[in-house]
Amino acid sequence: MKVAVLSGKGGTGKTTISTNLAWVLSMEMPIQLVDMDTEEPNSHIFFNVDFTGEESTDLLIPEVDNEKCTKCGKCADVCQFGAITVFKTGVLVFDGLCHGCGACSIVCPENVITEVPKSIGKIKWGRINNNLSFAMGLLNIGEMSGVPIIRHLKKHIDDSRTVILDSPPGVSCPVVETLRGADFAVLVTEATPLGFHDLLLAVDVVREMNIPLGVVINRASDDYDQVEKYVDVENIPLLGKIPYDKKIAEKYSRGDLFVKDDENWFKEVRNIFERIKVVIPR
Amino acid sequence: MKQITIVSGKGGTGKTTLAASLIEMFDNHVAADCDVDAPNLFLLTNSKVKERHEYVGGKKAEIHNNCIACGKCIDVCRFDAINEGQPFTIDPFACEGCNACVQVCPVEAITMEDSKSGDYYLSETEKYPFTHALLEPGEERSGGLVAKVRKLASEITRKENKDYIIIDGSPGIGCSTTSSITGTSYVIIVTEPTTSGIHDLQRIIQTVEHFRRDFSVVVNKYDINLEKTEEIRNFCIEKGYDLLGKIPYDDYVRKSALEARPVVYFEDSKATKSIKEIYKKLLEKLGG
Repeated sequence: MKVAVLSGKGGTGKTTISTNLAWVLSMEMPIQLVDMDTEEPNSHIFFNVDFTGEESTDLLIPEVDNEKCTKCGKCADVCQFGAITVFKTGVLVFDGLCHGCGACSIVCPENVITEVPKSIGKIKWGRINNNLSFAMGLLNIGEMSGVPIIRHLKKHIDDSRTVILDSPPGVSCPVVETLRGADFAVLVTEATPLGFHDLLLAVDVVREMNIPLGVVINRASDDYDQVEKYVDVENIPLLGKIPYDKKIAEKYSRGDLFVKDDENWFKEVRNIFERIKVVIPR
Repeated sequence: MKQITIVSGKGGTGKTTLAASLIEMFDNHVAADCDVDAPNLFLLTNSKVKERHEYVGGKKAEIHNNCIACGKCIDVCRFDAINEGQPFTIDPFACEGCNACVQVCPVEAITMEDSKSGDYYLSETEKYPFTHALLEPGEERSGGLVAKVRKLASEITRKENKDYIIIDGSPGIGCSTTSSITGTSYVIIVTEPTTSGIHDLQRIIQTVEHFRRDFSVVVNKYDINLEKTEEIRNFCIEKGYDLLGKIPYDDYVRKSALEARPVVYFEDSKATKSIKEIYKKLLEKLGG
């Protein structure tokens, strides 16, 4: 089972929920935690990960043999990303715009395009404890999109385990790629109009993808009840409520799990999983 | 004309809190929300939409009924976007619109169709024009939409002879973020005194340096962990980065979000006092 943790708005507590949930569950079953935020990954900060392997994520970028090229321009015409420009003197490829799709080399009538791997980042994996394995991706500085790295990470998902996917913020392509193939989505929000607004956007995406979902309200507070009213009306399961607590914030700031040394929080986070199991279709 | 972008790397550190207040203090300016994924600035501004523009960022493949299910398209698709069946179907969430499948289909059963990526808006407030956008849920090309928001802001700036564009950026370091910092005059990076905040600060600084922008750092909620704040301060001193200011944790920030008014309107707020100092120092940096 793959559970994706996302939020729409940044900083609502995706990583807090992912890391604490993964650790709690690893006390009783094999778990894999995968950090899908390749731009600003943070999950590893909360553990002492023993990394055992890494691989580069490559895009296949076209390289044109300018001596044999007839400058017919078909490659530039087919490229949907404006990554190829043909001059009389030769063909220029803009790496940064290339999606590595290979369309140019398919249409080249002279077969003078070779595709060369270019690293845009890497993935790393390892273990946290006997029951908890870990993987993450890291986008190179200046690169545009972590989506290929997320696809690469998915090849390292261990289907024999319960998998927790810590998603990037937002609702665009990296989040969608994280959600593709997930069995359940945990939407973490905070009790403010900003958190609520972005929760609605996240619900839209998850529903459009037909993935069952539930909501966790982080930093819950009595002065704002819109989120609770909404999930009630929409029949969205409320998986958990974590009130603003200075101790949790302090532990987070030091890079510690808030369920450690706290029986009540441990149970509360365990309950999030129980509520997911009730909702998830068998 | 000068453009100032506020980014953070890590989400939820207080970009919009700071941006919304700075925007209220500047004069003769345009505001732009370049977080097109999860825009929040309009929730803190009393604005009215004046213009809406559709943004068609690209195309997606569509497979028609004359598909013979030969599988050639699946072989070339590198985005795992084609599902088998009779006919085959495209997963619109995975298709990047590259067109490779169209090239290999022997019966011309695949066409490329325009795909709407989102809308962008020009809104009005009492004091300043405001451009913003909303990406269609799950779409790519957020970088392209950010460029549209900035272009619209630049046009207004030229037309109305404005002095500044204040840009609220998105979290992360990918295409949305880089599109919101390229070509700007100054970048403010908002961080928080947490292990995650410090980790992400380093990556966003590298990104801003990669695009050769001038920047300085603001520590938000600095008093929730004074030790980490000191760590950030020492890091900045060691690297020669400028610390533009520190904003204390303040319940008024929450109140401001609940009342949909920038925190700078709360006179008693400790955060407001710090933001006013940041504004003053920022003006000095911008040379006026």
